[in-house]
Amino acid sequence: MKSPFKYVLLSATVAALLSACATAPAAAPAAPAATAAGAAAATEVPAAAPAAGGEVIRFYSSLPLTGSSAAQSITLVNAIKMAIEQQTDAGKVCEGKFTIDYQSLDDATASAGQWDASQEQANANKAVADPDAMVYIGTFNSGAAKVSIPILNQATPPLVMISPANTNVGLTKPFDAGEPEKYYPSGKRNYVRVVTADDVQGSIAAKWAQSLGIKKIYILDDTQVYGKGLADVFEKTAKEIGLEVAGRDGIDGKASDYKALATKIKGTGPDAIYFGGITQANAGQLLKDIRAAGITGKFIGADGILDKAFIEAAGSDVAEGVIATLGGTPKGDLPEKGKKFYTDYAAKFGGEPEAYAIYGYESASVAIKAVSTVCKKDRQAILDAVFATKDFEGVLGTWSFDERGDTSLSGMVGNEVKGGAWTETGALTFK
Amino acid sequence: MQDSALNAPSKPPSTATKLESRRKMGRALLVVCIAYLALLIGQPAGLDVPRIATDIANNPSAIPQQLVTGIANGAIIAIIALGYTLVYGIIELVNFAHSSVFMLGSFTSLLALSFFINKSSNGAISAPFWAALVCFIPAMIVCALLNAGIEKVAYRRLRDAPKLIVLISAIGMDFILQNVGLQLGALGKLPQVSPIFNQLSVMGSNNASPKSFPQIFSNNNLLDAIYPNFPVRVTVADVMVVTVAIVLMVALRWFVQNTRAGKAMRATAQNRNAAMIMGINIDSIITLTFLIGGALAGAAGMMFGLYNGTAVFTMGFTAGLRAFTAAVLGGIGNITGAALGGIIIGIVAAFSDQYLSVRWTNAWVFLILVLVMVFRPTGLLGQEGGEKA
Repeated sequence: MKSPFKYVLLSATVAALLSACATAPAAAPAAPAATAAGAAAATEVPAAAPAAGGEVIRFYSSLPLTGSSAAQSITLVNAIKMAIEQQTDAGKVCEGKFTIDYQSLDDATASAGQWDASQEQANANKAVADPDAMVYIGTFNSGAAKVSIPILNQATPPLVMISPANTNVGLTKPFDAGEPEKYYPSGKRNYVRVVTADDVQGSIAAKWAQSLGIKKIYILDDTQVYGKGLADVFEKTAKEIGLEVAGRDGIDGKASDYKALATKIKGTGPDAIYFGGITQANAGQLLKDIRAAGITGKFIGADGILDKAFIEAAGSDVAEGVIATLGGTPKGDLPEKGKKFYTDYAAKFGGEPEAYAIYGYESASVAIKAVSTVCKKDRQAILDAVFATKDFEGVLGTWSFDERGDTSLSGMVGNEVKGGAWTETGALTFK
Repeated sequence: MQDSALNAPSKPPSTATKLESRRKMGRALLVVCIAYLALLIGQPAGLDVPRIATDIANNPSAIPQQLVTGIANGAIIAIIALGYTLVYGIIELVNFAHSSVFMLGSFTSLLALSFFINKSSNGAISAPFWAALVCFIPAMIVCALLNAGIEKVAYRRLRDAPKLIVLISAIGMDFILQNVGLQLGALGKLPQVSPIFNQLSVMGSNNASPKSFPQIFSNNNLLDAIYPNFPVRVTVADVMVVTVAIVLMVALRWFVQNTRAGKAMRATAQNRNAAMIMGINIDSIITLTFLIGGALAGAAGMMFGLYNGTAVFTMGFTAGLRAFTAAVLGGIGNITGAALGGIIIGIVAAFSDQYLSVRWTNAWVFLILVLVMVFRPTGLLGQEGGEKA
């Protein structure tokens, strides 16, 4: 007689699969391993239910909600929801003619532990195919933007993309060969970003390093779009200002340890190490191995490691003293609206938001203002209105977009890990 | 009648040796061609001989240092490779789930160590030395049972199925275990639910993020005793990893060569049906093999965590890939071969990082594998038919 246990197990498995299919929204996991995490993370969260009698305008956001970047992305999603709540009448704009519906998409997969190209492509295609979609707030990682900008650009009509966090230069300005034209196949721009690009960040970082008395620096990158671009800018500036480059290497984000690399770096005797890359490319392990090899010089990074996940990955004792740059203004110098953002966020969600939350708020504010100005459900009109943003008085200050989609803000803030948390050290102003 | 087979006509001796020497010359020419091509086009991949020569001249202490790193990393890879090779030898299956068992072993040892953790004021977590030795036991036991369980659930029924089917079952098992590891990471959220779970905070706040191991071995250079600031660093961790690896390898070899169960394992590996006829219980021998393989994976997981200080649910992928490569390099099915392959891969990776290019290290490691496979398809120590240790 066949074992009944086998049938029980089989039916339990089928039941579990069916219930997972029922609750899993339309996120397309790239690998079977992602299904479990995909079901949990791809949340569809309407900020306001579309009321009867109002047409729906949908905002999509595409952020890495799986993996260790989730903590930061969740604060961005919260900030966007808060913006919609504060600046619309329960989601209604244009005297109730339209209702803004917000859906948050996940562009990361569990198996990658960070953003995934096929997932981002699926998100972009979903937004393009949705006739109610008017604004795409994303992405967090510059590499993901390279995937989705062309998709949104080639749609008829094109969908505007507002990025709260992409800093790679080539997305809007000439950098590598063919950039930025190759992201805009239709010839017209559809991408803006509220954050300063890496041409400023990389060069300020080099000048900052020099101002700290560093003479010889070893440059590392995580071989991704953002990290390598940033490290290239840093290297170029370092050579211009007379900072000696001890060496340049790219790390494998999936490697288990970097002991051999740490020995190699130690052999060149640098005063400091610059890392262009994100936490999710194993930056924590890299720092651990560098310190274990006995290299005591400063570890300098950028906005890619400016999250709690980095301190957790490296260990708060090892991460002590790490410094990083971030585009923006020191919290004390923010306009009233900016300071109010932080108090409002703490009151509504409890706790401090991570570094990029305020940019998420600003992106959503720009989108809401554009929709309220145009008062038409027309992607091209909204796109033009977003690009026409001039002297916008937002939480980041008063700023405008230029014709390339870059912000007029160019301030940089220094941050350091003190006592197990990131704290601001002040604005970085170097000529 | 019996003699005719023995006196089969053979080629005259001169033609045979001429063919042999021609083949040898052809091989040598091929090696020279490959070396020439490698030097010619290897430059973008880091093979820049003048630069390497100046590097070595400027910094001679890097060579022994990278040897130390390479041997320590190689030891961990070797232990994982032993698991692959044992299972392959017995049932001719590449057990892809082995790398995930290794990852779960690392997580288990972290959970076991969490009972002994002391947190210091600056956030550093550490644990006493004896805790490390004690925690090997639960890690090895859990992984051994897990591996045996996998065999019973996923492989036993498919023992007479085509090899491809079992392979797919193994890959599926690998994905399942990876996700189990991912969800285990969620245990770190339990301290928010209730303080009785406080020690689970060692699992961190996010499923997918890396978890830190406590610092058990001091980071001091043992060789400083010779004279201070000795250029080559050898720490307690390096010595521990190599010692544990050697102990495990010697114990395994003793077990396989000198015990009855070991002899039964060798017999089953040689010819399963003949072993069955001899009265060996195949099912228990295969279960025993999986138990031993799992225990080795658990030990490797703990060693990896203590040595590198981190555990993350994707660690099985990279480590497993290198370990499988090591097993194949040394001759799959051969225990000494797996150990040798592991050391070779560890050393090649370390030297490639130092002298060639970090970005190309993976390429160089697998190039070595390809070359060995081309010239010796059964691996370095493998033989036709696959004899075990």
